[in-house]
Amino acid sequence: MPALPLDTAGRYVAAAYLVFMLILIIYVAIMASRLTRIQKDITVIDEMLKTRDEHAAKAPPLTPESAQQ
Amino acid sequence: MTETRKAPGRGLKRLAILTALTLGTAYGLVFFWTPNEADQGFVQKIFYLHVPMAIVTLGGFILGGIFGFLQLRSGDRKWDLRSYVAIHLSLMLAVGTLITGSIWARASWGHWWVWDEPVLVSFLIVFLLYACYQPLRFSIEDADKQARYASVFAVVAGAFVPLNFAAVRLAQAYTHPRVLGGAQNSMPGSMQLTFLLAIIGMTLLYITLWKFEITSKTTRMQLASIKRRLDSDATGSPA
Repeated sequence: MPALPLDTAGRYVAAAYLVFMLILIIYVAIMASRLTRIQKDITVIDEMLKTRDEHAAKAPPLTPESAQQ
Repeated sequence: MTETRKAPGRGLKRLAILTALTLGTAYGLVFFWTPNEADQGFVQKIFYLHVPMAIVTLGGFILGGIFGFLQLRSGDRKWDLRSYVAIHLSLMLAVGTLITGSIWARASWGHWWVWDEPVLVSFLIVFLLYACYQPLRFSIEDADKQARYASVFAVVAGAFVPLNFAAVRLAQAYTHPRVLGGAQNSMPGSMQLTFLLAIIGMTLLYITLWKFEITSKTTRMQLASIKRRLDSDATGSPA
């Protein structure tokens, strides 16, 4: 088959490179959604740590007598 | 003394920059330096994308098999994770290879797909084989069994890839452009250099994405472990 003229060939070449770009973009989008989930997990852990600290602050101080009991 | 563990994402930034530079330079050279091929003309520029992608895809499948083998030998599930990510990324690139190959076939041969071309069909067979990997893997609930079965699959399928490649080379296709290792179609220096750079760039891209995904998955697992420990601290039950 003879070589295609530049205007037709250009469309095929552009399409091929766009497919590659699209795959990369989709991959990055999927990874971004996973990053959001990691962010949510960190928020939950942060909340848990705050609650734990608050409970620890409310609890009476540990004395030698209470420790023996 | 506290043990310092190596962070999985170490060096990722430098790797990403290097990948962007290499790929950017390679595709800059493709469009602004390398000459148009005498036979195919401008369409041949797809070659610098399609072939490196295909090579890296097949290399990734083999890498997945090697990691699978290491998992089976050591029983360490980190190898299973590495194998899974390697295969998963290769599958993604395989889709790209099939689509770009199809576009190139249409522009060069006038057909989107040629069923009597061994290179195309064998690549499709490899793709379909690996398309079974994820359904197989996630159909098994027990984590240890899942890792073992997936590793066996990765090793067997990984061994099939070079065998398949060798068989196709021996078959000597009559239509597929033989650009590597053929005396008749040897490329000029500028094309060879650009092609080599494109392969290096694509390999770096694969490694960067692999490392990125491993880091992401490891971080999620670490967070889940911290959450479990905090939960057990709060309820007073062991994690």
